[in-house]
Amino acid sequence: MTGALAAGWLAAAGAVLLPAALYLAGVGVRRDGGRDWPAARTASWLLGCLLVGTALSPPVETAGTGATGHMVQHLLLGAAAPLALVLGAPMTLLLGALGPAARRPVAAVLHSRPLRLLAHPATGAVLATGGLHLLYLTPLHALSTRSDAVHALVHGHLLVAGCLFAWSVAGPDPAPRRPGTGVRVAVVVAAGGAHAVLAQLLYARAGALPPGAGLDAEEVRTAAQVMYHGGHLVDLALLVALFGARYRRGRRRETARAAGADVATLRAHVPGDDDGGVPWRGSRQGPMARSSPPG
Amino acid sequence: MAVRRPGPRAAARVGVAGARGGYRGSVTAAASPAVPARAARRRSLLTGGMLGVGVMAAVDVVVFHLLLGWHHFYDRSTPAVGLLSDGLLQTGYLVLLVAGAFRLADARRAGTLARRSAVAGFVTGLGAFQLFDGVVDHKLLRVHQVRYGVDLLPYDLVWNGAALLLLLAGLGLVVATRGEGRGTG
Repeated sequence: MTGALAAGWLAAAGAVLLPAALYLAGVGVRRDGGRDWPAARTASWLLGCLLVGTALSPPVETAGTGATGHMVQHLLLGAAAPLALVLGAPMTLLLGALGPAARRPVAAVLHSRPLRLLAHPATGAVLATGGLHLLYLTPLHALSTRSDAVHALVHGHLLVAGCLFAWSVAGPDPAPRRPGTGVRVAVVVAAGGAHAVLAQLLYARAGALPPGAGLDAEEVRTAAQVMYHGGHLVDLALLVALFGARYRRGRRRETARAAGADVATLRAHVPGDDDGGVPWRGSRQGPMARSSPPG
Repeated sequence: MAVRRPGPRAAARVGVAGARGGYRGSVTAAASPAVPARAARRRSLLTGGMLGVGVMAAVDVVVFHLLLGWHHFYDRSTPAVGLLSDGLLQTGYLVLLVAGAFRLADARRAGTLARRSAVAGFVTGLGAFQLFDGVVDHKLLRVHQVRYGVDLLPYDLVWNGAALLLLLAGLGLVVATRGEGRGTG
């Protein structure tokens, strides 16, 4: 094993293990405090770490020198991994693990004007898809194949912009002034459209695009189709996350209402059983509670 | 008192079938008096329609683009406006598919799903997408054709003919289910 290959594997392993360990430590702190954390969120975060590690692993990096491998790598790093990471709700975990004293400055940063602007879905969409336009329509891609620093910067940008976009659209972490479902869906459609048009442009002008990269035209056409259909798969996942969260909020509200109705009925049946342990006004009203309809 | 409202599950069972069981004036008279039958039916119709369009768009991509390879990904004669609209529409269909699926789940949970109206909307949606694809995408925007290297006419006739049949069948079902949940459907 050559030194460069070993370093590549080491970096990929680090990209998986470090964030995974930090997250698990956060879940541990929460458990110690007697609070639960959904296993699905932990699984999602670990999957995201694994996807980042896969995208950065030496075999995928090697395949990434070809057009199709490069596109698969970008879909993993810029779209699939960010969505999985964001669905792990890392900020909620962090804020929960920090004490109230540490929470206040974090909240202040979250609600600052620059962050509010950054947290708008349109910003994430422009950074994510705009970055791709810059990469494939300018000599940036050719530059990234020659310079390791530019290569790393491009990867970093893809991951961060992807996370920003996924978080601003689908949560579940809170965001300052997150716009309503309609605006977020519209942004996803616009971003999906821009992504698809870029893929078709690459297909139509394969051989000339990306400029200076000297890639085989036939291979670029295959890569463009991977980009187009892969982008739609990611859009699908993003929309499921968006509408799924909405659905769960509705179900929680309904369960809470039903639980309220149950308690009211219970109180109405056995008003004498109340020992004052629960601050339920209705029960103190005695017979009055009986006459009020449940719900 | 002590008469509890049936839970959502019971409501789903009653559902629109409750109309046949003697409930009048409301799709789920027992569960959701807040949602009148007419509104519940209209919502179910729209939900079915959204799913129909979304499913047919997905079938188009998976079957004709990916499996059969009949449709070309990009056609040299596609104008720029065709490219742009195709890019936006494809994501739009995904929105209809996902939003429709969650609307369906929502209506089932609340017990306000008018099943036969949803099916009517679904079939109409299938036909509407197919016809839109056959006329606007293939002919007006010229995103791509049904198949290449063959005489197009029979393919276009079958494509749009099937679309028209589905659309008419769907609209027939819409008319047939117009009283659903009000004791006349």
